[in-house]
Amino acid sequence: MSRITFATVWFGGCSGCHMSLLDLDTWLLDLASMVELVYGPLADRKTFPDGVDLTLVEGAIANLEHLELAREIRRKTRVLVALGDCAVTGNVTALRNLAGDPSGLLQQIYLERGDPPLAVPEAPGIVPRLIERVTPLHAVVPVDHFLPGCPPSAPRIRATLEALLAGAEPPEIGRFG
Amino acid sequence: MAARTLTIDGRLVSARAGESILEAARDAGIHIPTLCYLEGLSEMGACRLCLVEVTGSNRLLPACLTPVSEGMEVHTATERLREHRRAIVELLFAERNHVCAVCVASGNCELQNLAIRVGMTHVRYDYLNPVCAVDISHPQFGIDHNRCVLCARCVRACDEVEGVHTWDIAGRGVNARVITDLGVPWGEAESCTSCGKCLLACPTGAIFRRGTSVAELERDPKRIALIVASRQERW
Repeated sequence: MSRITFATVWFGGCSGCHMSLLDLDTWLLDLASMVELVYGPLADRKTFPDGVDLTLVEGAIANLEHLELAREIRRKTRVLVALGDCAVTGNVTALRNLAGDPSGLLQQIYLERGDPPLAVPEAPGIVPRLIERVTPLHAVVPVDHFLPGCPPSAPRIRATLEALLAGAEPPEIGRFG
Repeated sequence: MAARTLTIDGRLVSARAGESILEAARDAGIHIPTLCYLEGLSEMGACRLCLVEVTGSNRLLPACLTPVSEGMEVHTATERLREHRRAIVELLFAERNHVCAVCVASGNCELQNLAIRVGMTHVRYDYLNPVCAVDISHPQFGIDHNRCVLCARCVRACDEVEGVHTWDIAGRGVNARVITDLGVPWGEAESCTSCGKCLLACPTGAIFRRGTSVAELERDPKRIALIVASRQERW
């Protein structure tokens, strides 16, 4: 059987969804025989390749890099899955929306509450600028499947991957939180 | 009492005159999703989740407030209703900050369960992310407006079962909030007897017992009906 190309991405999230993916333990060996991991925190590659069959996205869209990469990934991916509550709803990452615009937030964190007060990090090209509002993935690009949970359990990730690898519809409903 | 015969989703159902479509459906084992309805309290028709189609009416009718009638044809799960229900639940999620991952009621929440039941894979609307207060001025309980769906179950439980009416709703539209007494902090609301019936009635993590952490809030809203039924037996 030829392996499909597979990528995972880590946007504005805590990496817990990737940890849950790693919780698949020995099934990861089966997965490795079915997919070729071409991009992500678990692969050594700097740019997102063309023609990826399946991409799992963890995390909300919180900065310009996320936004640009999300659009690039969508162009280059056949099946895009929002993995976990941050990608699906914004979740904890989006709680910063309550604090208003990001410049005020950074001011508060680094200057007003910093002890001693630090400078607001400013490194164009290195530290990506925060976007106005954190959004779920589907607010910026079309998403094919949603896998909620904080994090989604390993068996649920497996059920989704098995269905997608078999060309079937994944089980749609999962619990938020 | 006079009986009425009607069909619900094509099934012949017998109901008592004056009974609501919702009660008749539940007696027949047909599930209609609800949120603001709670057995033991008066019906309000606020959440619109129990809307059904009745042949001959071009309006959708709330099953909790619509009495059965002879020969009535009710449909509870058409494609149109399913789409409306999903939209309603999505709008509830979009209107406040329902972050299940950090909520006391996670795993014991009617809104969270409804999302699953109506097939909500994601919210298609923009989240409003309103700034909402959390009031922990009461020594035993707290109210987190981020999680409130304005079902008014607390208002009705307090008014109708405890007989106090500490709770009410102030404001309109997205600015509506449940309040205690005349909008004072809960801890200063002199009418509150601290009975905890609002906590029992709340479907989400909005009203919680202080000291409860994520997913620790357990309460059984059926106890409201039990209290009401027990009183009727005794008195």
